[in-house]
Amino acid sequence: MKDQILKKLVTLGIAASSVIALTACSGSGSSGGSGQPYRTLEQIREDGTINIGVFSDKNPFGYVDENGEYQGYDIYLARRLGEDLGVEINFVSTEAANRIEYLQTGKVDVILANFTVTPERSEVVDFASPYMNVALGVVSPNDNVIESLDDWNSEDEMIVISGTTAETYLMENYPDIKLQKYDSYATAKNALENGNGAAWANDNTEVIAFAVQNSGYTVGIPELGNQDTIAPAVYKGNTTLLDWINEEIQSLSAEQFFHTAYDETLADTYGTEYKESLVVETGASQ
Amino acid sequence: MPDLGLEILLKGQNMVRLLEGLWIALRISLTAVVISIPAGILLGALMTRKNRVVRAVLRLYLEIIRIMPQMVLLFIVFFGTTRAFGWDLSGEAASILVFSLWGTAEMSDLVRGALISIPVHQYESGEALGLRKVQVYRYIIIPQTFRRLVPLSINLITRMIKTTSLILMIGVVEVLKVAQQIIEANRMASPNAAFGVYLAVFLLYFIACWPISMFAKYLEKRWR
Repeated sequence: MKDQILKKLVTLGIAASSVIALTACSGSGSSGGSGQPYRTLEQIREDGTINIGVFSDKNPFGYVDENGEYQGYDIYLARRLGEDLGVEINFVSTEAANRIEYLQTGKVDVILANFTVTPERSEVVDFASPYMNVALGVVSPNDNVIESLDDWNSEDEMIVISGTTAETYLMENYPDIKLQKYDSYATAKNALENGNGAAWANDNTEVIAFAVQNSGYTVGIPELGNQDTIAPAVYKGNTTLLDWINEEIQSLSAEQFFHTAYDETLADTYGTEYKESLVVETGASQ
Repeated sequence: MPDLGLEILLKGQNMVRLLEGLWIALRISLTAVVISIPAGILLGALMTRKNRVVRAVLRLYLEIIRIMPQMVLLFIVFFGTTRAFGWDLSGEAASILVFSLWGTAEMSDLVRGALISIPVHQYESGEALGLRKVQVYRYIIIPQTFRRLVPLSINLITRMIKTTSLILMIGVVEVLKVAQQIIEANRMASPNAAFGVYLAVFLLYFIACWPISMFAKYLEKRWR
């Protein structure tokens, strides 16, 4: 509920700033500073600093540890990009709702904030090669592991967190399954532990992490619905940077970099069992 | 005692980070307050002038700022100016600008309200006593206006401090964002930490706003 209001406000803000931008531009021909709003690979190299938009509160992908240092799977890749580019990294803390706006205004050069590739987003930003898979997953207690949604007992209820992809997916594809909606991770977790619902559907990374850390639960369905990918994104049309990142990911894949990244950042949370299903080494497959 | 996850606050630099976050929130809001109060007093006084054009312009400014949610203003100033003019304001600069615009608008309306609430007979009695116009303001109107303004502006100032919780949307890592970072970093290990961390944030906001309330109380007593 609160998130929806927030989302509306953000949309309103973006709309308002675009309107201002439009009026300003049509008034004075092309103002908008010096040419394109993004920085090319060359400009970033010259400047010596790359601005990378990341999450600062999404453990274990992008978060800040107790010493104030950025950590996580996305950050691990970001650090390597900075190193190979020979520049310092300026991490910018972004929110799910403002990632695209940050890119489009050139306030960051790259977004590495667990950014799922979707057709809508591809129209406004350029995605590089993916470095991770995501799908939905369902976790349930060991005494009644649910491995398929097709023979769902109509008495049972499914736990979901409001506003997540799991909620929309289930409402669209399994309208007969009764949903129990919770606002936060903590309340949904309690609900499953108290047996309020038969199972809990969420991003597979989330449910896997839960099952790894709480004995007595099994991820009966590790991949539900469409498999999506996570990829770095740059300003639409920033080809020099995009090409460089793609080449970089390809050469990193050749050295199995993302497997190492998984071991370093995700293995504590997800164990090694799911490594192959989560990690993407793009080099080979493209 | 339920597990509030208070130990998370003592882990590493967490408490220091929260205090740094509070400092950023205070730096931004108090800078804006220092700009807004004199500017608001000036505009508020202008609003009571008879000049229609001046009043209409100020009214328009006030209404625009008052209607727009602060979040929208932040987005316009932070992202909109980049799109439109290519300015690259930092998140902090954009926040100070928005909070000053907002504070000035609200302050001016408070000042206007306080000024017109002084009954006409106060001016007339002053003049009847043979005071010059400046003296009427100096000894009669301004003291009464200020006394009426104190509780109203304290409300505004504390509201400005608390509204800094929105600036995390334009990438400024202030106290609330640090709190979210701490909660999320420890989400798996101690899922109840949210209570303890938000409790700490509550106390920090309280510590920041309480002295301002006390100061207002002191002023009200002194000016009685």
